Amino acid sequence: MDRKVIFKGRALPALLLLPQLAVTLVFFIWPAAMAVWQSLLQQDAFGLSTEFVGLENFADVVADPAWRGAAANTAVFASSVAMLALGVALFLAVQADKAIRGQRFYRTMLIWPYAVAPAISAVLWLFLFHPNIGLIGRALNAAGVMWDYQLNGGQAMLLVVIASAWKQVSYNFIFFLAGLQSIPKSVLEAAAIDGARPLRRFWTVVFPLLSPTTFFLLVVNLVYAFFDTFGVIHALTKGGPGKATETLIYKVYVDGVDNLNLGSSAAQSVLLMVFVIALTVVQFRFIERRVHY
Amino acid sequence: MLRRTLAAAALAVLAFTAPAVAQAPAAAPGGAPVEIQFWHGLPQPLGGLLEKIVSDFNASQPRYRVVPTFRGSYPETMVGAVAAFRSSSAPHIVQMYEVGTGTMLAAGRAIRPVHELLTATGVNIDFADYLPPVRGYYQSADGRQMSMPFNSSTAVMFYNKDMFQRAGLDPNAPPKTWQEVEAAARKLKEAGIACPMTTSWPAWIQVEQTLAIHNQPLATQANGFRGLNAEMRLSGALMVRHMQNLVEWQRQGLFRYGGRDAAADGLFPSGECAMAFASSGLRARILREGKFQWGTAMLPYYGDVAGAPRNSIIGGASFWVMNKGPNAGATGGRSDAEWRGVAEFFRYVSSAEVDAKWHQDTGYVPVRRASYEVTRRAGYYAANPGADVAIEELLRGGAATDNSRGIRLGGYVEIRTIIQEEMEKAFQAGQSAQQAMQAADTRANAVLRNFERQNARAAQ
Repeated sequence: MDRKVIFKGRALPALLLLPQLAVTLVFFIWPAAMAVWQSLLQQDAFGLSTEFVGLENFADVVADPAWRGAAANTAVFASSVAMLALGVALFLAVQADKAIRGQRFYRTMLIWPYAVAPAISAVLWLFLFHPNIGLIGRALNAAGVMWDYQLNGGQAMLLVVIASAWKQVSYNFIFFLAGLQSIPKSVLEAAAIDGARPLRRFWTVVFPLLSPTTFFLLVVNLVYAFFDTFGVIHALTKGGPGKATETLIYKVYVDGVDNLNLGSSAAQSVLLMVFVIALTVVQFRFIERRVHY
Repeated sequence: MLRRTLAAAALAVLAFTAPAVAQAPAAAPGGAPVEIQFWHGLPQPLGGLLEKIVSDFNASQPRYRVVPTFRGSYPETMVGAVAAFRSSSAPHIVQMYEVGTGTMLAAGRAIRPVHELLTATGVNIDFADYLPPVRGYYQSADGRQMSMPFNSSTAVMFYNKDMFQRAGLDPNAPPKTWQEVEAAARKLKEAGIACPMTTSWPAWIQVEQTLAIHNQPLATQANGFRGLNAEMRLSGALMVRHMQNLVEWQRQGLFRYGGRDAAADGLFPSGECAMAFASSGLRARILREGKFQWGTAMLPYYGDVAGAPRNSIIGGASFWVMNKGPNAGATGGRSDAEWRGVAEFFRYVSSAEVDAKWHQDTGYVPVRRASYEVTRRAGYYAANPGADVAIEELLRGGAATDNSRGIRLGGYVEIRTIIQEEMEKAFQAGQSAQQAMQAADTRANAVLRNFERQNARAAQ
């Protein structure tokens, strides 16, 4: 039943496409092009003196130890967030997929955090883990654990990872649950009849069948950790202590908005853009080849 | 009954609108009043108090109408103004925090210096009456007023008198020198107080203020007042010594690092820390939240440093006059009436009565001697002991020197962050005080050179 709509003439289809194209052009292509152009310039904040410097900004950025530090932070941060969010979500989805009482209630409660704005979730975590006003933070200090994420870089990283992963668990949970429900019961029953125990059934049947979902979620989680965690970091640590939780996207913001160093900030965002394009290409290629839902 | 109420309501509405209608022609002899756009970065309740001043000005005369707009935090306001200038829609007046001063001054065609505006419009403001550290911060190296000083604060020490009593210290004799502060902190710790001292604004208070009070340079070229080619001097002997002390005190539990910028503000009003170095503006919050006896004292100094103590430096913000855009030409893209309106607004803001009321309502320091006098004569300081400590501290040691006038470095927002980052690394014991200050010097110099390169031609 493949029915194609054939337009007579070209005016109408062009007209119908126009709004979408205009939006893409104005809100995506044009700003991105401006960023690329800006990344080739050295300019004062007010745009009164401009010098074309070619790729010098990129050379400076890549040679800057602070940027390399931020790249290393991002690698640690993004992989930790993705692992934690995926692992916890998979565990919860498997539990929620069992026939238990109050199934709907659990599912709703697990999906809920996704609706919380990043900055708000950060404030919630702050009220839990702040060394002076946080419930858990105070309890830890009272118990003799030297908890102060404002001075301990490792603890600060741990906190932003947990806060960021917590938000993403819900999203992953929904996809894992849908993935689990689409696994044919007959396959699982056949495995059970052959004498496979639950754990073995999970690793040899369920997990491989979930792999397309897992891979898709891995990419989505990495992109989330790269680009959508600004609010959490900004509200919790502002990249500190020192530069312990400064990720690449946070550094783009600090250099562009706080420090008004537009050339460097633009160069950094162009590098990030290249990275996302690469990630997307990999994702599509891989999914095209391997996935059969 | 209902009808009577409605009729009364209608009458009341008429009563309110009628004078307005009657006034309208008188309010604008030459047509509608000239609109002046004014962007500020003060959240509530301060923003509301500022907007009250603006509406009082609008009510005081018919020709100009200043339109205030809240543009978010200071950095957000700054970015907004920069972007607006680039698209030729800059506001007439923008409030800019003190660390943005170097960036604004280097902006060349983007701003109109206040002294130029006043000469052109023939409006007179008596800057000689302004407190030297206040006006000096916003002047060129040769003493011309570049921006309009407004909300200014400085850093002071707040101390918990109840805790002092518990530790056997005299609650009416706060420590004056750092040596006395250390001794007091030890006694407080012995008395079982978990946090003897803390600091807000680590870079502003423990670095900038400390250097100014001891008449030591933060950077060459008079802290940048004399040119863009200034170099940082953070790793001088005094700064390293002070940093070393802070790290040592933190290790011994005498000092608690409470985070960057204003993050540690809550530790004193909550009754957790016995001594806190904070903005004088914290006073209002302590009054509201502090459930204990407390006092205010000047920032401590090292008694063995010759020439100390001098005046502290200010924080806060000033008003900058902006041209409309990069291609606005000699008129700045504004009519004479608009320039005149800006100048008249500044004259209104500078009046001793307005300034004194602002000082008493907000806890910012009065920027003029005259408003200090007005407030004193009104009996405000007798009723609010300690409210004058900040002003006395700003006037300490006579005229400001090259080292205590303020800081005029481009990209200083970034440099402050760098200082705080390196301090944090020292507190984490990742590096010594000496290494921290040297690293801060190196990184901050890179920012200065970058800024110099970007602005060298714009300034000419």
